[in-house]
Amino acid sequence: MSVDATLSFEEAMEKYDPVLGFEVHVELNTKTKMFSSAPNVFGDEPNTNVNEVDLGMPGVLPVVNKTAVESSIKIGLALNCKIAETCRFARKNYFYPDTPKNFQTSQYDEPIAYDGYLDIELEDGTVFRVEIERAHMEEDAGKLTHMGGAAGRIQGADYSLVDYNRSGVPLVEIVTKPIEGAGSRAPELAKAYVAAVREIVKNLGVSDAKMERGNVRCDANVSLRPHGRERFGIRSETKNVNSLRAVEHAVRYEIQRHAAVLDSGEPVIQETRHWHEDTRSTTSGRPKSDADDYRYFPEPDLVPVVASREWVEELRATLPEPPAERRKRLKEAWGYSDLEFRDVVNAGVMDSIEETIAAGASADVARKWWMGEIVGRAKVADVDPSELGVTPQVIVELNKLVEDGKINNKMATQVLDGVLAGEGTPADIVEKRGLAVVSDDGPLLEAIDAALAAQPDVAEKIRGGKVQAIGAIVGGVMKATRGQADAGRVRELILEKLGVQG
Amino acid sequence: MAAINRDDVAHLARLAHIEMSAEELDRMAVELAVIVDSVKSVSEAAGEDVPATSHPIPLTNVFREDVVGHTFTAEQALSGAPDAFENRFKVPAILDEG
Repeated sequence: MSVDATLSFEEAMEKYDPVLGFEVHVELNTKTKMFSSAPNVFGDEPNTNVNEVDLGMPGVLPVVNKTAVESSIKIGLALNCKIAETCRFARKNYFYPDTPKNFQTSQYDEPIAYDGYLDIELEDGTVFRVEIERAHMEEDAGKLTHMGGAAGRIQGADYSLVDYNRSGVPLVEIVTKPIEGAGSRAPELAKAYVAAVREIVKNLGVSDAKMERGNVRCDANVSLRPHGRERFGIRSETKNVNSLRAVEHAVRYEIQRHAAVLDSGEPVIQETRHWHEDTRSTTSGRPKSDADDYRYFPEPDLVPVVASREWVEELRATLPEPPAERRKRLKEAWGYSDLEFRDVVNAGVMDSIEETIAAGASADVARKWWMGEIVGRAKVADVDPSELGVTPQVIVELNKLVEDGKINNKMATQVLDGVLAGEGTPADIVEKRGLAVVSDDGPLLEAIDAALAAQPDVAEKIRGGKVQAIGAIVGGVMKATRGQADAGRVRELILEKLGVQG
Repeated sequence: MAAINRDDVAHLARLAHIEMSAEELDRMAVELAVIVDSVKSVSEAAGEDVPATSHPIPLTNVFREDVVGHTFTAEQALSGAPDAFENRFKVPAILDEG
């Protein structure tokens, strides 16, 4: 396999202007398939979630899943699209074993949603508008596994195995208009766009939106043109770029590769490229050919879908707050700085903090616990912070114990560990582990006397006005009480005892 | 007149995976041209006030509720397969990733 020449990204940017385009396929999380009542479930035994429709048997008739249509309309609305008053399905004809019918049921000239946009916020807050051409309904294909040859690659494979469980799973394909003007931020925009689409469909509850499972899949189109030229260059289409990081890397790589091709005076070949995560590069798939003549025609077995304005408005009324707007609202309500809020979002604890605040904690207390204690423990345990097992109620309870002076912050983290170890509620653990702060002054005074007697020179310094020396005595008392004293109260008592003003 | 020529027929035959001899291509080009012309006369009959239709039945929104129905077992699914392996259909490797 030959390695393609590339220019550095900086040089490519100096010479050329990138134009992007994306096709994002979203698998819907309906209970059943787009056109059959077989279950839409990931990861089951091969060829068990199929019936005669999914296998394309002769004489069968598809029936449209109403929930899938509603999910598609919701996606269209969330992408600020117009929803077609009437639309229809079409057959996309091709021979390939992932499609047992020899056609994919899709939409062609009448997509259910069209003419939308999505405002994408980049890392530094710059907002970039991506225009949406269309979002249409279709069905997923079966899954092929290539056997023999080199490590599951089709090149040199001896045969392929087909599992049709995925065949007929409802898909919405979201197609952008050409994205111009991104310049050197093209790779970042690519990643942010796919992240935004994923977030939207997840927020709508219409897809599980797990990229690692292929619920959201991206084909990235890249072309370059010399600065100042209006006409687009020839594009490549990099298929199945299936992580956010890979989207960024693939766009960057294709820009660098195209730039080298153009620099050499050759034309870019319009072709499919395959992304390889291991080498972070693409290889040539197949060039566009006359085999790409799909001979679309209206699906005769399905009647048109008419989306009455009443139905569309009913669905619009069910839409949750858009994720970007929600973030903005929460940031203001909580009074976090830009940096604090970004850290919270990146750590994936925004929802948890919102729930904790709703349970009665202040914004600062919620952030302190989630960011300061739980995120780190979740990282060690290699789970999402929300899945670690800390409920908002636990945090509210812990904080109350601290505020009431029953335990100090250090003990609170031990109590948290106890909660995670399944020892019970925070109050139970304080009891069982004997963690209560010593608040009875009697034992404290004894310990203070002992500490003062042990360090008479320090006691003398404090009496002489060197109040900062008090740390040594406080330390002695804390040690004697095994950390169960309230350090602030100890300090007060020492000063009182020595007759010094704090 | 003929909206379909011999090259079109050869192209369609290739797309449809149908092997056709030179003689068959010649004959089909003529026959299909007649058929296309006949269909064209139908579209001429419809005035501008007649909307295009993809379906002869005036029905819309035939939907199914999202409720799980019957499925096949893997054995049933594969019962008509020419070849199978580990509960999956076994097919020749095709050098084309779709």
